[in-house]
Amino acid sequence: MAFLKTIREVGKYFHDIYSGVASLMRGMKVTGSYFTRPGSIVTQRYPENRDTLKMFDNFKGELMLIHDENNLHSCNVCNTCARKCPNGSIEIIYKKVEGADGRSKKILDKYVYHLDTCSFCGLCVPACDELALKFDQKFEHAVFDKRKLTKVLNKPGSSSKTTNE
Amino acid sequence: MDIELKEKEEYIINMGPQHPSTHGVLRFELCLLGEQVKYVIPHCGYIHRGIEKMCEHLTYPQLVHLTDRMDYLSAHINNEAVALCVEKSMNVEVSDRVKYIRTILSELTRIASHQLWWSAFGMDLGALTTFFYGLRDREKILDIFEESTGSRLTQSFITPGGLMGDVHPNFQKRVAEFIKYFRKKLPEYDQLLTGNVIFRERTKGIGIMSKEDAIDYGVTGPSGRGSGFHCDIRKIEPYSAYPFVEVNEVTLTEGDTYARYLVRIKEMWESLNILEQLVDNVPAGPIMLELKAIKAPKGEYYQRVETARGELGVYIVSDGGPSPARMKFRSPNFSNLFIINKLAAGHKIADLVAISGSLDLVIPDIDR
Repeated sequence: MAFLKTIREVGKYFHDIYSGVASLMRGMKVTGSYFTRPGSIVTQRYPENRDTLKMFDNFKGELMLIHDENNLHSCNVCNTCARKCPNGSIEIIYKKVEGADGRSKKILDKYVYHLDTCSFCGLCVPACDELALKFDQKFEHAVFDKRKLTKVLNKPGSSSKTTNE
Repeated sequence: MDIELKEKEEYIINMGPQHPSTHGVLRFELCLLGEQVKYVIPHCGYIHRGIEKMCEHLTYPQLVHLTDRMDYLSAHINNEAVALCVEKSMNVEVSDRVKYIRTILSELTRIASHQLWWSAFGMDLGALTTFFYGLRDREKILDIFEESTGSRLTQSFITPGGLMGDVHPNFQKRVAEFIKYFRKKLPEYDQLLTGNVIFRERTKGIGIMSKEDAIDYGVTGPSGRGSGFHCDIRKIEPYSAYPFVEVNEVTLTEGDTYARYLVRIKEMWESLNILEQLVDNVPAGPIMLELKAIKAPKGEYYQRVETARGELGVYIVSDGGPSPARMKFRSPNFSNLFIINKLAAGHKIADLVAISGSLDLVIPDIDR
């Protein structure tokens, strides 16, 4: 009986070696098949082709105030986006001017956007009734100076569509 | 005499907070006897941000984005938990379209999470190849998310009352394509890692968790199901579109690291089955309920969902205002973590890495 037991143990020893090597080979077959087919790559490249790169339309990059060709935006300083923002990333600085009818009116002075505190939850864009906001396609936000992350979104010289009416 | 000498050899060493195999800022205080682990004390709190407290001064739609940052690999499911709890409090029900889309997104999230876990688990055990193959397939899911929700990781797409926007017209087509693609690629996972002799030797019989322990410690999700604990919320308390589909709960009884691994691999197959039942039947309907204000009435509400890691509970105490008076998250990882001492005691350090990998811990969810 001892002899049989020894035989069984030796058999198991060699079987373990064989099945171990076979399992390694099965894994190597997968990697090997990709190695011989360079067409079906496994890894992805960093999108260096920034000029031709097309992101998805819904992609949430940085917040932007939409300006048309006449440098007009449609912000009417209702402050809804700033109130919806959970982090206080939007700060609307306005000035009061006298309108044509003699009543004082708020117009946008600076639309300040703090990218450093923005968490891209996307609550501001649907909150705007004037559809003045959208997210652009930028995906590289890193800068060396934190102050660069505070942005003024209205372009210099721009004015609001509502004040011009 | 022998024992005395060994006790002299005991020493305490820190594993983490900066250690690649703790997958985040978690510190294990290890008491070692040579290479053998005598006990493990997990220390958490390195990434505590006070999310529960922050929720108290945000309105319900605003606080959804904080839940992304808890278990960032199950962002959609966390959002869904808050949304369901607030909807339950207001006694409203979303349309079938929203339910279907939420469930599809949740199941895709579960697959993506398990893919990343599989990749990282292989890497913990020294197989770097798995990382490339897992992330290759996960990329396909993230592209689907990016196209519809605009973000890849922290989507904040599911909100109380519905969804932030409608999904992209390509959504269903791409999900159907993904199901076909991933059915072909999933057997590669088995060939690469499951059958591997080194992997099997390092996981079989390591860190055995009994069903009683799993229940005592509240270990839920795939980690608990690997020990035969029937804890799938999708089955026990179906929410969203789960009542409409056939969900098979995957449980194994071995309770070792290998069983927990197999449960997750089988869950990926199961998630594909659920997706297949849903993707062609998405009904039309509104994506957002028309509500005057999203406010929970005065009272206490609790809702639980099944994330990729286990049972997530959201508990809201409301005084009728626009923000909760108290918000509590029962996070799955916090409960799953503390069984590690029981599992790892007596094993080698390298086994501790395998065990903590098999529990699939996400540290920001532990600390919140």
